[in-house]
Amino acid sequence: MLADKDRIFTNLYGLHDVGLKGAMARGAWDGTKQMLELGRDGIIDKMKVSGLRGRGGAGFPTGLKWSFMPKQSDGRPHYLVVNADESEPGTCKDREILRHDPHLLVEGCLVAGFAMGAHVAYIYVRGEFIREREALQRAVDEAYDAKLIGKNNKHGWDFDVYVHHGAGAYICGEETAMLESLEGKKGQPRMKPPFPANVGLYGAPTTVNNVESIAVAPTILRRGPKWFAGLGLPNNAGTKLFCISGHVNKPCTVEEEMGIPFRELIDRHCGGIRGGWDNLKAVIPGGSSVRCVPAEQIIDTPMCFDNLAALKSGLGTAAVIVMDKSTDMIKAIARLAYFYKHESCGQCTPCREGTGWMWRVLTRMVEGRAEKREIDMLLDVSKQIEGHTICALGDAAAWPVQGLITHFRHEIEARIDEFSARPDPEGSVSRVAAE
Amino acid sequence: MPKVIIDGAELDVENGTTLIQACEQAGAEIPRFCYHERLSIAGNCRMCLVEVKGAPKPQASCAMSVNDLRPGPNGEPPEIRTNSPLVKKAREGVMEFLLINHPLDCPICDQGGECDLQDQAMAYGIDKNRFHENKRAVEDKYIGPLVKTVMTRCIQCTRCVRFTTEVAGVEELGAIGRGEDMEITTYLEQAMSSEMQGNVIDLCPVGALTSAPYEFKARPWELRKTETIDAMDAVGSAIRVDVRGREVMRVLPGLNEEVNEEWISDKSRFIWDGLRSQRLDKPYIRDNGKLRAASWDEVFSLIVSKLRSAGPDKTAALVGDLNAVEEVFALKTLMDKLEVKNLDCREPGNPLGEAGGRAGYIFNSTIAGIEQADAIMLIGTNPRLEAPVLNSRIRKRYLAGNVHIGVIGERADLTYPYTYLGDGPAALEELSRHKAAKAERPMFIIGQGALARPDGKAVLATAMKAARNIGVVKDGWNGFNVLHTAAGRVGALDVCALPTMPGGKDTAAILTGAKSGKIEVVYLLGVDEIDMASLGDAFVIYQGSHGDAGAHRADVILPGSTYTEKSATWVNTEGRPQMARRANFPPGDAREDWAIIRALAGKLDVNLSFDNLEYLRAEMYKAAPHLAAIDTVAPADAWLLSDIAKAGGKMTAKPFESPVKDFYLTNPIARASRIMAECSAMRLNAHKQAAE
Repeated sequence: MLADKDRIFTNLYGLHDVGLKGAMARGAWDGTKQMLELGRDGIIDKMKVSGLRGRGGAGFPTGLKWSFMPKQSDGRPHYLVVNADESEPGTCKDREILRHDPHLLVEGCLVAGFAMGAHVAYIYVRGEFIREREALQRAVDEAYDAKLIGKNNKHGWDFDVYVHHGAGAYICGEETAMLESLEGKKGQPRMKPPFPANVGLYGAPTTVNNVESIAVAPTILRRGPKWFAGLGLPNNAGTKLFCISGHVNKPCTVEEEMGIPFRELIDRHCGGIRGGWDNLKAVIPGGSSVRCVPAEQIIDTPMCFDNLAALKSGLGTAAVIVMDKSTDMIKAIARLAYFYKHESCGQCTPCREGTGWMWRVLTRMVEGRAEKREIDMLLDVSKQIEGHTICALGDAAAWPVQGLITHFRHEIEARIDEFSARPDPEGSVSRVAAE
Repeated sequence: MPKVIIDGAELDVENGTTLIQACEQAGAEIPRFCYHERLSIAGNCRMCLVEVKGAPKPQASCAMSVNDLRPGPNGEPPEIRTNSPLVKKAREGVMEFLLINHPLDCPICDQGGECDLQDQAMAYGIDKNRFHENKRAVEDKYIGPLVKTVMTRCIQCTRCVRFTTEVAGVEELGAIGRGEDMEITTYLEQAMSSEMQGNVIDLCPVGALTSAPYEFKARPWELRKTETIDAMDAVGSAIRVDVRGREVMRVLPGLNEEVNEEWISDKSRFIWDGLRSQRLDKPYIRDNGKLRAASWDEVFSLIVSKLRSAGPDKTAALVGDLNAVEEVFALKTLMDKLEVKNLDCREPGNPLGEAGGRAGYIFNSTIAGIEQADAIMLIGTNPRLEAPVLNSRIRKRYLAGNVHIGVIGERADLTYPYTYLGDGPAALEELSRHKAAKAERPMFIIGQGALARPDGKAVLATAMKAARNIGVVKDGWNGFNVLHTAAGRVGALDVCALPTMPGGKDTAAILTGAKSGKIEVVYLLGVDEIDMASLGDAFVIYQGSHGDAGAHRADVILPGSTYTEKSATWVNTEGRPQMARRANFPPGDAREDWAIIRALAGKLDVNLSFDNLEYLRAEMYKAAPHLAAIDTVAPADAWLLSDIAKAGGKMTAKPFESPVKDFYLTNPIARASRIMAECSAMRLNAHKQAAE
């Protein structure tokens, strides 16, 4: 279990002063100038040594990502864009940072911005986050007033932070769609290459990072990368915010060491599974877009990128959705399929057409009003989407369905049998007739 | 040059080549819907996926450059496969997705037979349907009288959106909604205001956007296709005229990189119903104020007697806008033989062709040359209305960046921003005192709005002075350009249909003469744009295709043919001779125009030395050798240009006005077209509404 002294987010639950004074008392903005004195390469090296992997879902090494920014500016400005468009179902970690520890994020912006030669950071906040946006804006204003950021600030690196709010589209959490949205266009992902590090916001080199990745950076530099690398498992270093929701006794967001076994995570922080461990059915360990994992496979798995990838799932944003035996898995995944159908931007064909198709088939399968061969067809359709789209939303829409079919095919088949065996098919006939 | 291996064959390609282009160079066909060479890359249809060795996923070949590919582990060139099972599967998958919500209404779809979706489904799709849900239905949108929409058929490739935004320069078409609810619309369901909107019909790979006037008229396989030249403006766009039986069913753009790329204006495209109505299909004679049909012999003998009694000094000939070079040359030869000196082709009157040689009246830098210009000055012209295709070339230049565009004349929306210098001669006068420009290739485009006016000569001289001071004409660059509005004008000037002999009268003098009775017979070859009242009591011979202003005034009518009905040479504003082919035949007794003049010459006992088109052209090439070099612009001598500046005269203060007031009704064919009339009325209405 993570010791209190090793916590980065010491005000995660808002029990203390959220303002600048409180944040500084907890260590924020301490020694920031010394960090900048490390120089760009010094900071990036330390980030690389710390082993921090991006907290937005893909787990790309943060230090490496920062190092992709051009070392010399060719006249274009550099930009840091912070992805606070947290919309993945099940994920609620950035929200807590924005609400209660926003100064860590603002400080992180300065440090990260300096490390990539950017004088401007945009923080793109999800449209539905009203209070969070206000809290963040307050923190930014406080930092400006205290001359911690802005022109001619105490740290000697001119730096502006703009808080921008989206309009509530999930797709704008995709990094290039976010850039389009920031530019005032329709939020639709761009083609890559060129990658944002070359041609990003307004055509200038840009790095897009998750809130948590940026917010942990100052503490890593303050306490030293060795400290961070010493936590967690090899290649899965450090601490991580886990957001546990669903059928646990006490759902919560909690900072824990990477690689904590699932059982320990639930027992320590969530008061166990509703109805006991025997009642656990399945877990979606990384937000809605990873494949679900049945109980017996997940219970003793260390919660980290690599171990969950070995289960053909993923740590994603560490949004752990726990489902007990009362859950109708087909209905649950059908609901997720509806989410992806609703949030598809419509730009490219497989996702635009395929998400609706999957949702419709799944909706029938919830009732059992389907044929068994359609299960394989559904799997095939999901594979036709996966890997054929511009952005990863296509993959994200396909994986939950694939997880369902891999692990719960028997349930779908049973549902279909049950439906076709029903003596009075009145329900179905009248429904079909109505359509 | 990067090397790539495509389907096993190694290939050198240019830097910046996209994979789809590289594959095409290698001879591998790549299916596509959203990709179009002349539009920005969207990469959204996913039909062009190819396998790149080493990449985990198939890649959209339209959006990836060969420079983005990484070489193999031992430095071997990157490898692309277009025929692997992975690619086949990917294409089948995308095809299936495109078809699941596409209606099965091919039998009643106008795109049938020339539909990309149909063709590619045959080539790359699978033959069974696994989609058993309800298909999506989308409400049709009103986007104007020219483009019919059936939005259920739309596959969201966004070609139309990109065309209107990038080429046409009006941001009126866009996509609203997300995911499967995404719809293409003009937002408020208003008609598009572009003069180039018809091109979205060709761009649409499915039957979502089709030609409204052509709706349910014909199937592509029953049409006879003729590639020819457009005559609706002086650009000389390449077109394809599709004919069923004797009737033109539609007009499509042809390809000509030098001129129109592959766009045409709406007037060029939708004019075809005007080719059938108001036609002059018989010779007519006016008796007691009323026209009656007559035979060719009857009209010819009447004309012969009138010409003989008037004599050459009291006879004049005017040449109109829509005449090909052959008939103008025939008329000029006839008038020369009759010793008639009063001949002019510049209705309603301008100073072109008098000084400066050929360089003084053509678009010297060529249309493609616009892309090289780094400063463009538009004088007395509204190219958006006078030559929409040329205007989109200027817009293309603007989008490429680093160009200054200035305007003297009307302050109109040209689809690109410009610096406004003033509305007329005063601003031009000031410009003529401008010092040499920093721009390396500055360009002047002088329109008929500045020239077709009584002080046109002085305006032209001032413009030339400005051009000289600014450095528009220099070694290796001639940026002095005249933009014509009439398709036949440059050709007529090339064969010198001008009052060049001493004592010859020009258009203005002929009209004054006719009014005062000094001119007794006027031969109008397709002249409809002059004030007919000023012809006074003269005996008017009208030769043309449509019953328009000229025919209303005429005492004798000789029915001619339109631009689709004759094999003829047209010279566009650049001075580029192009050969038009006959797509259909003129109606009734109407004949090719040169042949009418030849027949008249026979009745007059004048020997014209040509009995067929070959001989006529041989004579014509003797007189104007550059006309023989079809499709090439013979560069004109720039050193003569300075003569223009010598002309005296004073400019009046009257602002320049574009001669094209109503884009849709600029010539007799357009005025006979119902479609054009509808567009014109709609635009007028839109202006009224905007004014309110």
